[in-house]
Amino acid sequence: MTNKQAIISVTNLVKNYGEFKAVQGLSFEVYENEIFGLLGPNGAGKTTTLEIIETLRNKTSGEVLVNGLNVDTDANAIKQIIGVQLQAAGYYPNLNLVELLELFAGLYDVNVTPMEMLAKVNLQEKAKAKYKELSGGQKQRFSIATTLINSPKIVFLDEPTTGLDPQARRNLWDLISEIRNNGTTVVITTHYMDEAEQLCDRVAFVEAGKIIALDTPDQLIDNLIASGFERKKEVKAANLEDVFINLTGKEWRE
Amino acid sequence: MSKHYNHTKATLSLAKASFRSITRSPSAVIFTLAFPLIFIIVFGFIGGGGMKIDVAIAPGSDLQNPVIAALEKTGVIRLTKNDTKENIEKNLEKGAYDAVISVEKNTAGLPAYFTNVKYTSASLTNGNVLKSVLNDLAHQLNTVNQKPTVTEIRATTITGRLHRTIDFILPGQLGFSLLSTGVFGTAFIFFALRQNLVIKRFFATPVRRSSIVLGEAIARIGFALLGALFIIVIGHFAFNFTLINGVVTVINMLVLATIGVIVFMGFGFVVSGLAKSESTIPPISNIITLPQFLLSGTFFSINAFPAWLQPISRALPLTYLNDAMRKVAFEGANLWDVKQQILIMLLWGIGVYAVAVKTFKWE
Repeated sequence: MTNKQAIISVTNLVKNYGEFKAVQGLSFEVYENEIFGLLGPNGAGKTTTLEIIETLRNKTSGEVLVNGLNVDTDANAIKQIIGVQLQAAGYYPNLNLVELLELFAGLYDVNVTPMEMLAKVNLQEKAKAKYKELSGGQKQRFSIATTLINSPKIVFLDEPTTGLDPQARRNLWDLISEIRNNGTTVVITTHYMDEAEQLCDRVAFVEAGKIIALDTPDQLIDNLIASGFERKKEVKAANLEDVFINLTGKEWRE
Repeated sequence: MSKHYNHTKATLSLAKASFRSITRSPSAVIFTLAFPLIFIIVFGFIGGGGMKIDVAIAPGSDLQNPVIAALEKTGVIRLTKNDTKENIEKNLEKGAYDAVISVEKNTAGLPAYFTNVKYTSASLTNGNVLKSVLNDLAHQLNTVNQKPTVTEIRATTITGRLHRTIDFILPGQLGFSLLSTGVFGTAFIFFALRQNLVIKRFFATPVRRSSIVLGEAIARIGFALLGALFIIVIGHFAFNFTLINGVVTVINMLVLATIGVIVFMGFGFVVSGLAKSESTIPPISNIITLPQFLLSGTFFSINAFPAWLQPISRALPLTYLNDAMRKVAFEGANLWDVKQQILIMLLWGIGVYAVAVKTFKWE
C-alpha cells in the first residue's frame, strides 16, 4: 500500500438531527483500491456517515470529496461512479432478478447483460427467482450485484454479513476481496471484528459520532498489546468457528 | 463517464418494471379487470331481454290449443309447464310467478276454450301487463276473419336506438375500474417503495425524482387503458355495448380514461403519504373510492337518488367521468361536448395534486 491516493476524503463532517449530534467532526480518508472498514456500535454514526458520502443525506457542515467531486455540488456525478448497498433495502416488487438488473441498468444508463452480473455473484440459477424468495446470503449477493452494474470506482456495503451463517459470511468475504482485487475501492461497515480483521486493509472505529482510532487491523492490535493488554483466556490455535466450518464444510448451504 | 446521462431511458426502464409488476399483482388485475367484468357480465345477462312475465300453466290444463300457442309466440311471456300445484301456489304468493293460467276445452260448444287466469297481488304490474296481453290476444283470436266495424288501430313503432342496461353499466364500471387502479394501485406501490427503501436505493442512482413518478404514471396509465380497452371490447362484442361512432368513440373514451386515471392517481399519492402502515391503506382508500362507487352513478342514475343526496353526487369526480363516458359512448358526443365534465375533473386534479404535493413522502 505504498503511494496511497485518497479517493474519499472527509473533513470535519458534522450531522445534527435537531438536538441530536449524530456525527461530530469526523475526518478520514479512504485510499484507492483498499477495503476500508467503519466499525463501531449501533448508533455510533456509521450509517449516517456512509449515507452522506453516498449523497443520500445532507450534512450539517464539513467537506466530503469523492474522487475529487464535492457531494454538495456534484451529487449526480458521484452517483454515477459509486455502487451502494443499503442496510435492509428491498427491491421493486413482483420482479425477478434478471428484470431487477435490467431496471438498474436503465437507472444507471449502462448496458449490461443481467446473466453476466448474476454470474459475478454466483446467482445464475436464481435468475428467474424473486428477490424475496432468496436466502439471506443470496439477498446480500444480489444487492452487491446491483452495486456493480455501473462498474463503480467505489462500492459501499452497509453491514452486508449481518445475519448470515458462517459459510455465507466467508463466501461474501471472498466476493468482496475479489471486487477489491478487480480495482474497486470498498467501504464496509460491520459489527464483526473477525470479519474486519480478515477483510479490511484499514479500519476506523467510530464512537458517538467521532473517530477514536484509525489504522490497519494489525497495527491497532499491536498497539493494544504494546500497552500491556493480555487476553484473560489463553488463545488456542483454532476457535469455535473453525470447528463449525471444519465440521459442516465450506460449501454453500443454500 | 463523460457520456451524458439519459433520463428518458431511466424513466422508461422504470415504466417497464412497473408495468411488469402491475400485471403480476393479483389485486391490480382483480380490481381493474375481473371486478368490472363480473358486474358487466351479470348486468349484461340480466338486462339482455327486457321484460319477462312468468306464468305457470296449471296441472291438468289443455296444452294443444291456440291460446297457449299464441302466448308462446309473444316473446314476453315465459311459460312453465310441468310445475306442481303446491309449488305454483307457493311461488305465486312470493311473486316468483306472476300468474297461473289454465285452458279448458269447452265440450258444450262455443267458445271453444275457457281461459282461467289467477293473478297475484305480489306482482301486480306484471299481472296488468299480462292482462292486456291476454285481452289483446283474445280479441285477435276471436276476430279472425271478421271485418272491424268501428276502427282498426294501425300502430307502428319507430326504430330508436335501443338503450340497454349495458350502455349504462359499462361506463360506470369502467370509471370505477379506473378509480380503483388509480387510488389503490398508486397508494400501495409508493407506500411499498418507500417502506422497503426501494426509493432510497433508486436515489443512490442518478435517476431523477420526476422520472420515478413519471415512469410509474406511464405504467399505470398504460395498464388502465389496456384494461379499459379490454372492457369496452368485451362489452361491445359480447353484450352489444353501443359505440355510436365506432373506433372514434373508443379513442374518445380512452382519452377520458386517461384524464380520469391521472386525477385518481393524485388520490393515490395522497393516501400513500397519509398511510402510517400498509394496513391503513385499504381503509383510507375506501373512504375515497366507496362513496364514489355508490354515489357517482356507477349502478344507478344519480337522478334516482333523494334530492338531498344529489348535490353530494354532483360534487364527486367519478360522477363527471361516468357522465362524460356515457355521453360519448351512447350519444356520440365528442370531447368538446363534454368539456364541462372534463373541466370539473381537471379542477379536482389540481386540488388533489396540490394536497398530494403537501402530503407525499419520499422517505
